[in-house]
Amino acid sequence: MHNNGEKLIGSEIFFECLRRENVEYIFGYPGGALLKVYETLHDVEDIEHILVRHEQGATHMAEGYARATGRPGVVLVTSGPGATNTVTGITNAYMDSTPLVVFTGQVPSTLIGNDAFQEADIVGITRPITKHNFLVKDVKELASTIRKAFYLATNGRPGPVLVDMPKDVLNADCIFEWPESVDIRGFKPTIKCHANQVQKAAKMIAKARRPLLYVGGGVITAEASEELRKLAIDQQIPVTMTLQGLGAFPGDHPLSMGMLGMHGTYWANQAVSNCDLLIAVGARFDDRVTGKVDTFATQAYKIHNDIDPTNVDKNIKVDLPVVGDSKDFLASLIEAMPKAKEDRGAWLSEIEAWRKQCPLDYTVEPDSLKTEFVIDEVSKQTRGHAVVVTDVGQHQMWTSQYYKFTEPRSIITSGGLGTMGFGLPSAIGAAFGVTDRPVVLFTGDGGLMMNIQELVTAVFNKLPVKIFLINNSYLGMVRQWQELFHQEKYSFTDLASSNPDFVKVAEAFGCKAMSASNPESARNAISEALAYNDGPVLVDFRVIRKDMVFPMVPAGGSISDMLLARLNPKTMV
Amino acid sequence: MKHLISVLVENKFGTLNRVAAMFSARGFNLESISIGETEDPEISRMTIVTRGEDRIISQVLKQLNRLVDTIKVTDLTHQPHVERELLLLSLKLNKSTQHEIFELANVFKGKVVDIKQKSITIEFVGSPDKINTAIDLFRPFGIRELARSGAVAIHRGEN
Repeated sequence: MHNNGEKLIGSEIFFECLRRENVEYIFGYPGGALLKVYETLHDVEDIEHILVRHEQGATHMAEGYARATGRPGVVLVTSGPGATNTVTGITNAYMDSTPLVVFTGQVPSTLIGNDAFQEADIVGITRPITKHNFLVKDVKELASTIRKAFYLATNGRPGPVLVDMPKDVLNADCIFEWPESVDIRGFKPTIKCHANQVQKAAKMIAKARRPLLYVGGGVITAEASEELRKLAIDQQIPVTMTLQGLGAFPGDHPLSMGMLGMHGTYWANQAVSNCDLLIAVGARFDDRVTGKVDTFATQAYKIHNDIDPTNVDKNIKVDLPVVGDSKDFLASLIEAMPKAKEDRGAWLSEIEAWRKQCPLDYTVEPDSLKTEFVIDEVSKQTRGHAVVVTDVGQHQMWTSQYYKFTEPRSIITSGGLGTMGFGLPSAIGAAFGVTDRPVVLFTGDGGLMMNIQELVTAVFNKLPVKIFLINNSYLGMVRQWQELFHQEKYSFTDLASSNPDFVKVAEAFGCKAMSASNPESARNAISEALAYNDGPVLVDFRVIRKDMVFPMVPAGGSISDMLLARLNPKTMV
Repeated sequence: MKHLISVLVENKFGTLNRVAAMFSARGFNLESISIGETEDPEISRMTIVTRGEDRIISQVLKQLNRLVDTIKVTDLTHQPHVERELLLLSLKLNKSTQHEIFELANVFKGKVVDIKQKSITIEFVGSPDKINTAIDLFRPFGIRELARSGAVAIHRGEN
């Protein structure tokens, strides 16, 4: 611990700032430009540095930590390749509005621009994928820049912020001054919603006969689940959630309709297409949600609450924009609602009829294993209480359909960018942040291979991550599209002949591992894995190879027009 | 429709790049962009000329506002404003055209800033429309080179 007014070198200032930002973990990887920082770190005891095995892993770990805890994730990597390896993770965090502060070492400022060894213009490279980024040119600016970086990453719509620190700045000294407050002229997010807009929204809701709440990750970020629950239940408004919004409203509540959009439930999509008022909260009308824009919720007045004004009218024209924090919006709405309300019985029964018409279900065969069974079983055994991390692909969509998320901050998934390889490292990050709930990862054989080196990080730190590998030896989602829309030309999606023996691989990393290929062995493996807390455990579920995720809206189609089951592709033209 | 947007930004390295990159990354049209320091050396003013439907322009304004280095964004298009552009026009010169060039330059309130035996450079200041007209009229004399600044604009004062 250092005091204001002490003379410190850059690397000491760096750690002192992190201390004052209450940073618990740094996910990092050392290198030439950071030698001084790692020298100082050697004697730092109150901040834990987690050694990753690839800088992309560090960013995803920090994302997993941030998403599970609501606190910013911190990454520390060296210049050049260390910095460029973070680009995918930073983009992922940008797309999913995850608060991240990424520190990169940089070559000495005298060498910047000289194509020096391990030099990359990381500020230039990450300009379009960060909320903001900084190059610290003078050690006197280091503390204030770090303060600003954390402030920007966590206030308003969260996002990644990068701070590039040249080697000489980290070695230079100055008097340490911690700025108590932050004032950035160009950054004044609107938190409080405009009262008139809220009043108008309340009147629209009171009049609506077929209202629908469409809720995104913004509600979870704003910690507004309680308010959402109260509004929905008091006003009897059904709730559909985006992939990032799952858990914002309890998935087992009768008013919950699960996810909407491309792989959403049939009844949620029918409800969107037939509602007379759509109340979008903390969601951005992503194209995976809206399908064909011209046919999306055409009968509905649309209210849109978002903290980021750029989301309003970006994809869908709305009737009533309400810019501001979702917690403020929902809380003021509850207060503004008139006592009398419409009878919504007919609307709710209509939705119930859609639910019965096309429920989410699957069959169980004694000798083969379906992914739906595995996810459903994990959901039951954890009672919806786990922090669930997914990779990207079919298993991700099945997770959104069959895991019953009951609490916020329960799903950590790459929604916006769709980053394969996100799963394992972000599950590790989540496990650092959360110790009172099981951390479960659903990953695929394609995604796991993309960052499998981080198994070392999990094993070394004895993290009890449950790695549930949904192994169909295919790039399943791509294969699904090839079957449905590309004349069954399965180009480079069959991994059966090249996949390793995942149980042996995991064991070589020092990870407990087992496999299962039928419902009974799967059920037992799940309970054994959930009970094992002495480090990570991997279960290789050998599932049916050619299964497909339904229902589905083909890309660019209307969400009211879903494919409900596998059809002969030749008749689908 | 053409829009004239005035943006006050932090006078820092990389700010112009952030703004220009935002336009290219989001596929917005960027007709011209000019930037210079204001009366406060920490703040620069950018003048941006862009085109698009109302929905696009509204996104342009919001996205500009969203940048952390952006202090204030104003769409001047429908507000009383003064808009000027600087043109440096270098023309081929010979005895037969000399007289006509001088006369035309006078009409456009052009100012000769460089003259050699075979070339003449004239400076024009005016609205982008006037600049376009000047270029068209001088083209037949043979343009050697031209440079235009892009628009700069500011609110008109009040009584």
